Amino acid sequence: MGAQKKGATRVSEDVDALARQPLQAVLLADSFATKFRPITLERPKVLLPLVNVPMINYTLAWLESAGVEEVFVFCCAHSRQVIDYLENSEWYSQPNFLVRTIQSHDSISAGDALRVIYERNVIHGDFVLISGDTVSNMSLTQALQEHKERKKKDNNAVMTMIIKRSKPSPITHQSRLGTDELFMAIDTSTKQLLYFEDKADHSKGTISLDKTLLADNSSIVLHNDKQDCYIDICSPEVLSLFTDNFDYQHLRRHFVKGLLLDDIMGYKIYTHEIHSSYAARIDNYRSYDIVSKDIIQRWTYPYVPDVKFCGNRAAKLERQGMYRAPEIVQSCSSQIGPFTVIGCGTKIGSDTKVSNSVIGEGCTIGSNVSIEGSYIWDSVTIEDGCELRHVIVCDGVILKAGAVLKPGVVLSFKVVIGQGFVVPAYSKVSLLQQPTVEDSDEELEYADNSSGTVEISFRVTTDKLNGEMTSESSETHESELGSGGVGYIWSICEGGHEEEWRHSIAPIPADKFAEITQTTDDDHELLTQDGTALPPSGELKSDSFSNISEDDEMEDSKDDSAYFEKEVEATFLRAVHENVKVEHVILEVNSLRLSYNMTSSDCAGAIFYSMMKLALETPHASASELLQIATNVISTWQRLLKSYLPETDEEIEVILKFEEMCLESGKEISPLFALILQLLYDKDLIEEDAILTWANEKEGADESDKVFIKQAEKFIQWLREASEEED
Amino acid sequence: MDFQVVVLAGGTSKKLVPLVSKEVPKALLPVANRPVLSFVLEQLELSNLKDLIVVVEGQDAALCVGGWISAAYADRLHVEVAAVPEDVGTAGALRSIARHLTAKDILVVSGDLVSDVPPGAVAAAHRRHDAVVTAMLCTAPVSGPSDSGFSGGKDKTKKPGRYNIIGMDPTKQFLLYIATGAEVEKDTRIQKNILHAVGQMEVRGDLMDAHMYAFKRSVLQEVLDQKDTFQSLRQDVLPYLVRSQLKSEVLVNGASQAPPEENGNEKNSSLNNHMMLSRILANASMPSFHELYASDRSGSAPVRRTHKCCAYIASNSNYCTRLNSIQAFMDINRDVIGEANHLSGYSFSAHNNIIDPSAELGSKTTVGPYCMLGEGSQMGDKCSVKRSVIGRHCRIGSNVKIVNSVVMNHVTIGDGCSIQGSVICSNVQLQERVILKDCQVLWFLQAVSIRQSLWLEKRNKYKG
Repeated sequence: MGAQKKGATRVSEDVDALARQPLQAVLLADSFATKFRPITLERPKVLLPLVNVPMINYTLAWLESAGVEEVFVFCCAHSRQVIDYLENSEWYSQPNFLVRTIQSHDSISAGDALRVIYERNVIHGDFVLISGDTVSNMSLTQALQEHKERKKKDNNAVMTMIIKRSKPSPITHQSRLGTDELFMAIDTSTKQLLYFEDKADHSKGTISLDKTLLADNSSIVLHNDKQDCYIDICSPEVLSLFTDNFDYQHLRRHFVKGLLLDDIMGYKIYTHEIHSSYAARIDNYRSYDIVSKDIIQRWTYPYVPDVKFCGNRAAKLERQGMYRAPEIVQSCSSQIGPFTVIGCGTKIGSDTKVSNSVIGEGCTIGSNVSIEGSYIWDSVTIEDGCELRHVIVCDGVILKAGAVLKPGVVLSFKVVIGQGFVVPAYSKVSLLQQPTVEDSDEELEYADNSSGTVEISFRVTTDKLNGEMTSESSETHESELGSGGVGYIWSICEGGHEEEWRHSIAPIPADKFAEITQTTDDDHELLTQDGTALPPSGELKSDSFSNISEDDEMEDSKDDSAYFEKEVEATFLRAVHENVKVEHVILEVNSLRLSYNMTSSDCAGAIFYSMMKLALETPHASASELLQIATNVISTWQRLLKSYLPETDEEIEVILKFEEMCLESGKEISPLFALILQLLYDKDLIEEDAILTWANEKEGADESDKVFIKQAEKFIQWLREASEEED
Repeated sequence: MDFQVVVLAGGTSKKLVPLVSKEVPKALLPVANRPVLSFVLEQLELSNLKDLIVVVEGQDAALCVGGWISAAYADRLHVEVAAVPEDVGTAGALRSIARHLTAKDILVVSGDLVSDVPPGAVAAAHRRHDAVVTAMLCTAPVSGPSDSGFSGGKDKTKKPGRYNIIGMDPTKQFLLYIATGAEVEKDTRIQKNILHAVGQMEVRGDLMDAHMYAFKRSVLQEVLDQKDTFQSLRQDVLPYLVRSQLKSEVLVNGASQAPPEENGNEKNSSLNNHMMLSRILANASMPSFHELYASDRSGSAPVRRTHKCCAYIASNSNYCTRLNSIQAFMDINRDVIGEANHLSGYSFSAHNNIIDPSAELGSKTTVGPYCMLGEGSQMGDKCSVKRSVIGRHCRIGSNVKIVNSVVMNHVTIGDGCSIQGSVICSNVQLQERVILKDCQVLWFLQAVSIRQSLWLEKRNKYKG
């Protein structure tokens, strides 16, 4: 391979020639995610048309203009399609811009891709790491300069991330591109990235910055208003880091966070903020919609429909942001609204309204059709009277007369929608069946963290794309899409229905907004109520925190254990009232213990506390009656308690808890301390070792602490003598 | 200005024992031969804030302070001196004088603050934003509290001291987060909803809460009433208000008692007017994030209650230190006659020092720059004084060296003594050839002879 030969010659002059290295880039032509299913089952994401131009062209065109001289396109899913496309495109014939492809079939993540690239030994200097679905027009000069200078000073500055200002919606907590909100902490002066949190856990109301961060940096800025452009300038070390840490899969979640947490190697990541230029990655359907609109509104200039930048046919820009390619057949009664792109050779019938939409090449649109905010790719046939709002319609789809697509619908390649059929909102329709659950076990796991494999889709495609079989199987399901319809409606299970509206191309409906606002407010109120119901501990912390919603986890472990005790008590009381079997109670307490991360001595303490409390709360007339009740409770539940007393330590904990209780909440029971202690001993719940250790520990304590020792003195004495006799 | 000032003058702080005593409460400790409290009072007077309540812990101390104030400021300031029990905390002190508070806004200043930041600027910032609380922040001393010229750089490895962790909005006007005390050493936890509202927050560890706050009175009193466990303004009240600024409770619960302009149940129009007014006052074309957060998307009636917590950041050139430790006492004394000498209010001689005309100097005695010699003090021959403050009516023998030290009033020092980095309290007598080095405090000492010198070197504090 040419690249390798070149690499071999370069290694020798490596050090001093670093500055003269041609700028290289790694373009990942695979997003390793499943967000664009079902379309990506048939065509790789980078080849999907974005305003009638395959996405990868935007990325390549930008790389070329930014001064990159050599691009390695990493292909994984549908690699043949990508390679074929590139071979037939003009990218291979550009002067000063080398495009090479690297193919791999077993990579399931960006991490794997970078490991493959490392093995090929083709990267020799700083390189730009970008995904093939990124649109940008920024200038790299400054960011590169900064990166190089930092690198000169500090060899550990391995990466510069490009960020851009974009405030997420306070209600949905997602950016306008439909990605999750992002929290970053950046050093004010050096721009070093110190903290990174995407996929924010909404149940957590706070961000926790490690104390060492502020010790090392006097001033840092926490950002919630920045967007990650997924354009990184990396030093070659990044590749070897991926190889060293073979478990790094995701660029952000594993690599960036891994470096930030790792303080041994001291690698540093910096940020570069762009202000006026554009950069965005298409991560989901919503960003597809938003980026398309940005392109039409010329934020991405020069990558706009009327400028020829990579084999696209230039459309003519008319007023109100209307782009029309030549050779359009348009009925004079049709209305084409603002911000619309219409591809070459498309026919539009009479009284048809199109607004805010992109229509591809060679489409046939009948009359009385209404298209709004939709993306219609090439060779689509839309018969009379159809209605499309905020949908994506792939190549070769046929909509029979009167079909209605509700917002958020995605129709994959060659689907046919029957006459008058109404496709429900957010449904995804494909000729291919949805991969069944057992088929995609492993994949679903990845889908959750969105670094999924496309291996399955690859297999599915090759297996099933032999037309006949597909149409056969789909015809049996014809009723699913109305008469004459072909295709399957995918059931929404991945990510759940909850997520659909977040990432769909349809705008978020107003009632959804109201709903979220309502729920968050309810949450606040609920939490506040819970908070005020808590006993006022008098401490500032619990007091003020409980008033503020979402702050529960801020309470330190002390409050945690208080909650734990309460839960155990509630469990225990329920067990008493409902006669739950001891085994079940043990199971429940065990699960509580795991969820609160408590030790078994905590459990023992809490259970004993609940038992005594139960005894105290049962009405009694005299101390002897109380003793009787306590005896009953203890003998009924001794098995429960015993199961948490494997060692002496736990037993001591019980005694201490008992002591504490006698001093604080249950003064009434304090005269019975010695008697109950003896009872516990008789029942074999507490061994003599524990009691003696406790007594010895208390030897040196204050007089006030010794009240109970004194009370139990006789008993302890007896125990001591007994053990001596044994000896 | 409808501002009432509360000066928290403290009592006999334990940290400052043995400098303070029943006769000399903290507020009256001499800084450049003036009580430290006078620095605050002068600044207030300069800002035309003349309605003051000086709160002193303990009856005896209150009498001392009251006596001094009535003598010194009788015709210049309207001062009430209130005594509160000891150990009630700053919040407790305000609680006990609550009935005296009548103005719309209250400025609370710590009496041990030596600063040239105009209190009026803090008050103005408070008014401008219609804030519930405004806190003055100053740059934390770069060297740790104990690392200064006096202790001879023992702690050079120490990092800049961190007293607070403070979060602010990008315009540095609003206080979004504050951690004090032990929280500073823990991981910083920042509420996401504040971040959502404001977008970006600058978190800094190099600022310090300077103990000058402006409060809206109604809110302050409400918080003090409701949260009866709050002890300290710095550790309880301020963090509470900052934390709850987007989930304000103070105005909700106080709706019945609060003055009408704070009552949230008013008509929209007047609320909008109110918002507009505060925006005009704040000289901002955009509504602040508080208002945006409160009004939600619809932009009409506020659905959430918020209040504003502001910060006033003293510029780096300002001097701002609190006299809250013995080390600080020495540092401030040195600075006030040294780098920050504009604070002292004295006019310096050509040699950059102040020698009272009534002081007598022997032959070949030199008093270096940044020194002060009080009235009626006498010095013998061949003495040398560097960077030190010497009080009134001291008698100092010959061949005495005084470097980096504070000598209070009526001190007698024998011939040949050498004093470095020490504080010598009033009425101490030193016999001949006593050597004191980094011996921080000497008090009630009747007589020290040469035999005790070495021993003194080892002990930091000595009482005869």
